[in-house]
Amino acid sequence: MTAVVATPPRPSVLRRIARLAPYILLTPGLLWLLYFFIWPLAQMTLMSVSSGTLDTGFHVTGTLKSFSDALTKFGTQWGNSLLYGGTSTVLDFLIGFPVAYTIAFKGGRYKNLLLFMVIAPFFTSFLIRTISWQILLGDEGPILAFLKHTLGIVPVDFSILYSPVAVISGLTYNFLPFMILPMYVALEKIDFRLLEAAGDLYGSSWQTFRRVTFPLALPGVFAGSILTFIPAMGDYVNAELLGSPKTRMIGNVIQGRFLQSTDYPSASALSLLLMLGILIAVGIYARALGTEELTG
Amino acid sequence: MTTATTTYAGTRTRTPVGRRLGRGIGRRLLPGFTALAIGYLLIPIVVMILFSFNDYQGKFNFIWNGFTLKAWEAPLAWPGLPDALKLSLTIAALSTLFATLLGTMIGLALTRYQFRGRGLINGLIFLPMASPEIVLGASLLTLFINISLGAGITPPGLGFLPKTALSLGFTTILIAHIMFNISYVVVTVKARLSGFDRRLEEAAMDLGANEWTTFWKVTFPLIFPGILAAALLAFSLSIDDFVITNFVSGTSLTFPMWVYSVIRNALPAQINVIGSAIFLVAVGGVALATLIQGRAPRFSR
Repeated sequence: MTAVVATPPRPSVLRRIARLAPYILLTPGLLWLLYFFIWPLAQMTLMSVSSGTLDTGFHVTGTLKSFSDALTKFGTQWGNSLLYGGTSTVLDFLIGFPVAYTIAFKGGRYKNLLLFMVIAPFFTSFLIRTISWQILLGDEGPILAFLKHTLGIVPVDFSILYSPVAVISGLTYNFLPFMILPMYVALEKIDFRLLEAAGDLYGSSWQTFRRVTFPLALPGVFAGSILTFIPAMGDYVNAELLGSPKTRMIGNVIQGRFLQSTDYPSASALSLLLMLGILIAVGIYARALGTEELTG
Repeated sequence: MTTATTTYAGTRTRTPVGRRLGRGIGRRLLPGFTALAIGYLLIPIVVMILFSFNDYQGKFNFIWNGFTLKAWEAPLAWPGLPDALKLSLTIAALSTLFATLLGTMIGLALTRYQFRGRGLINGLIFLPMASPEIVLGASLLTLFINISLGAGITPPGLGFLPKTALSLGFTTILIAHIMFNISYVVVTVKARLSGFDRRLEEAAMDLGANEWTTFWKVTFPLIFPGILAAALLAFSLSIDDFVITNFVSGTSLTFPMWVYSVIRNALPAQINVIGSAIFLVAVGGVALATLIQGRAPRFSR
């Protein structure tokens, strides 16, 4: 016995490599994220406290002017982002929850087909779907032409396109699958025996829903809401294609400052504030809903 | 709170009317509502396909004017479209390859090994998915601009590159697409691996297979569907990406970028044709994958 303890078998080369395996597997991908996700964020933070132009170069001066500008000059656009992003998230929840519920509990053998139809929009380009809404909502498009000329219940000069309603409906449409899928996953996981138990204990179907089903679905509601709210808040394509200069969101400002006026410091400050704002909103929401654990 | 304090007796003797109403909601209202919502999700796709056959007048394919096959007969007949499509397919293929490789490696490491810093790594994977795309694009642009200006702090190692190596174009688009795809691959592969029965590997080892053989003969075939799903997701995210690409593409045009640049002056039906073709290929691919995987596709555990 003692001899074995005294001379432990020398770990073979293969064994030593095996011990390093997780690090070998992790390194390339994590380096990529470090270089092209974390590092750019750090650069953007430096840029936000810099001053200069593309010709003179940007130099870190520690100025906070970009931040004060970002907070004071773009009230309308911040407001639009919050209003449109928030409204479309709420609408997506109101539309999405019954759909997720129906597919999870009443889908039967059509479950997979229904899910497939929910994700079908992902198989088409985001831009082309938005262009389709331009066609659908157009002044002489199928919806308004029918209401104006066939039914005659809408005035001829009535218009939806280029209004906040058009932007909100575009946002609501584009992110609806992101809301439905996580809620479906949460509902589908619910142990059916719990619902039976609630029924056995004389809970009405409404009580069962309110006190058992819905609370169990909350993680899905949380995941769906943030997956909808985050891209909706930061979006600028819907506001650009379906809206007007009046419906500009903060994403439009960031895009314009980065790509047209090349005012990188102020665009960086706006981007950082957007990200920070979203993180805070998600934090408050998580606290309110009581789901500390992020699904992901 | 009133519902909570309802007596059992009250619940038991619920009126038939109330019960019928409840059942009505379950039987008719919910399926009806779901059908409407799915119709809402599908309408723009129907419009896209329908308007690819539109014999429109003028430059904008906005108003229905009759059926034609003109656009389908010349699907690439628009300046810049063939190049844009080629660039999109190349970027999508390459970024899928790299992101699937890197992401699968991370997924394997996270599910099969114990090591420190797991929470930190999970956070690093989650964060790009939780960040608005516009922030990802904008921050990458800042990095690339800084490198080309020789400003900011160049990440270690990248300083050896010539300043023009990361000028906006093919390389920067590819870098961005690999970056945002990695997280999605990790999450997809991890989901597949979490239901993995380690005893199968132990059995292979007991039967004398070494680690290498076990991995390729047992582990890999079992997780392959997960890797395939991740690759398909990465490909579709890449080929559709507009927001991030818009920031880092410079003057190069991917298909979505090309669409965006064209629609200011014209809306050719070719956009609908290519969109419909991509849609049909994707749907066909999914149908095929479902058939191959067996009759009962598993969307959940």
